[in-house]
Amino acid sequence: MSIKQISVFLENKPGKLFELTRLLADNGIDMRALSIAETTDFGIARLIVGDAYGAARVLREGQFIAQYSDVLAFAVPDEPGGLHRLLGAFNDAQVNIEYMYAVLGGEKGRAYMIFRVTDTEAAERALTERGLTPLAPEEMEAI
Amino acid sequence: MEHYYQPEIECASREEITRWQSERLVKQVRRVYENVPYYRQKMEEKGVTPDDIRGVEDLKKLPFLSKADLRDAYPYGLMGKPMKECVRIHSTSGTTGKRVVAFYTQHDIDLWEDCCARALMAAGATDEDVVQVSYGYGLFTGGAGLDGGSHKVGCLTVPMSSGNTDRQIMFIRDLNATVLCCTPSYAAYLGERMKELGLGPEDIPLKAGIFGAEAWSEEMRRDIEKTLGIKAYDIYGLTELSGPGVSFECSEQRGMHINEDHFIPEIIDPDTGEVLPDGTMGELVITAVDKEAFPMIRYRTKDICSLNREKCSCGRTHVRMTKPRGRSDDMLIIRGVNVFPSQIETVLLNHGYAANYQILVDRVNNTDTFEILVEMTPEMFTDSIGQIQQLQKTLSAGLQSMLGIRPKVTLVAPKTIARSEGKAVRVVDKRKI
Ligand SMILES: [Zn+2]
Repeated sequence: MSIKQISVFLENKPGKLFELTRLLADNGIDMRALSIAETTDFGIARLIVGDAYGAARVLREGQFIAQYSDVLAFAVPDEPGGLHRLLGAFNDAQVNIEYMYAVLGGEKGRAYMIFRVTDTEAAERALTERGLTPLAPEEMEAI
Repeated sequence: MEHYYQPEIECASREEITRWQSERLVKQVRRVYENVPYYRQKMEEKGVTPDDIRGVEDLKKLPFLSKADLRDAYPYGLMGKPMKECVRIHSTSGTTGKRVVAFYTQHDIDLWEDCCARALMAAGATDEDVVQVSYGYGLFTGGAGLDGGSHKVGCLTVPMSSGNTDRQIMFIRDLNATVLCCTPSYAAYLGERMKELGLGPEDIPLKAGIFGAEAWSEEMRRDIEKTLGIKAYDIYGLTELSGPGVSFECSEQRGMHINEDHFIPEIIDPDTGEVLPDGTMGELVITAVDKEAFPMIRYRTKDICSLNREKCSCGRTHVRMTKPRGRSDDMLIIRGVNVFPSQIETVLLNHGYAANYQILVDRVNNTDTFEILVEMTPEMFTDSIGQIQQLQKTLSAGLQSMLGIRPKVTLVAPKTIARSEGKAVRVVDKRKI
């Protein structure tokens, strides 16, 4: 099952990211994952939060442009070569990864990764057939 | 072969043209004096009576009308006919206080459509052609004017109006449209969209385009001609003066022939009001000699151009005006190129952005820097860096094509462009010249 990610437009100006994290903190929104993609003149902050809809509302009220997108979350097996094997499965299933990033925290050395793929539904099917089931929103919540 | 809609008028001798102008001017001045108290007062202030006007040579005795007069007299103060004789209004999209509402009698509409028909035939259209009118319909004059002109020529008219670019392309292809009428920036945008769809000029039947309602560069003309595989013709007009069709380009494409049987042009020094000789750049002033409902005498267009009375190889005898350089009051000169904020606005709108922008000009090491801040909109934003950069690149190319120089486009967060008293500050010029 895919989970909702929020993508936020970031103008390339000092303090913009701070403004975003402050807005979330002030509204008691807990970030599970955050990644920033940047060019020389703008950036996109991608975040996973418990309540995606609530967070998007808060951000939009704060004059940010926020948009949902579907991503897949996977637990990375806690053993050497874990991520490599996971990516191998993506490769076998011919899933095209647009970008990926790690989830903050996690416990007992266990790692979780977020993947944005070209066709989320098709990727999910192909990966599930290979025994790789993405995390459901509730599972993500429980990390 | 050159086609004319009204050859006996379009190719008339100078003596004939002057005679028409004089007769009509004398009548028009008297009619306006008697029916438009606002203009009568202006004449009285200048000490002129209708008896002083005996022909075109007396034109310079008359007072000017300006945008400010239009504002003062809004909405009915300049009407030359009672409301019940009017059949239509058109209006510009200007903000409050700047909006022009023009009235038309059936006679006015008829003359206006004749002017547009002349422009269409000068661009090669005949009753065999299919004309797609992609100017906006409604209050804007573009759609109605070219639509009416196309009917007069007897073309099959496709009243598309603007927007829905993919459907526009589909209609051009399915209905074999041969002539396209729209704004130049929309034509450029259609071309870009065709490229995205993998279509080239050989995939569409268009042969000519009539593009007006905004200032555009020669570079933009070449771009459009190449991507659409057509000959692109300019057309000029203002809502106050009916709409498009005050002047139009012929196959020669060296200036636009002013429809002198209806419009008498003058070029003046915008500061002193002094009439300048032919060939000199100055502000275009137009007197509409037979418009009834919204008569404009010595109307200052604010457009900067010059007049050329040399014989044109197309056979038309009416005077030609150069491409107007746009409004004299908000022009910027950047790296020697004239830039008008309105041009930037149209490109932004055509590319799906809100017209929320700010132009930053500075001078670094003796070179002008030119940057345009554009507010990101939720509609334009996507999760992909590559896609946003692509949008930025397309916009930048569209601006270069329109302006002749390439600005740096910087996307900024919504509502960040400085507003003074609620109105955005459009130009920040830090050059110390
Ligand atoms: Zn000509």
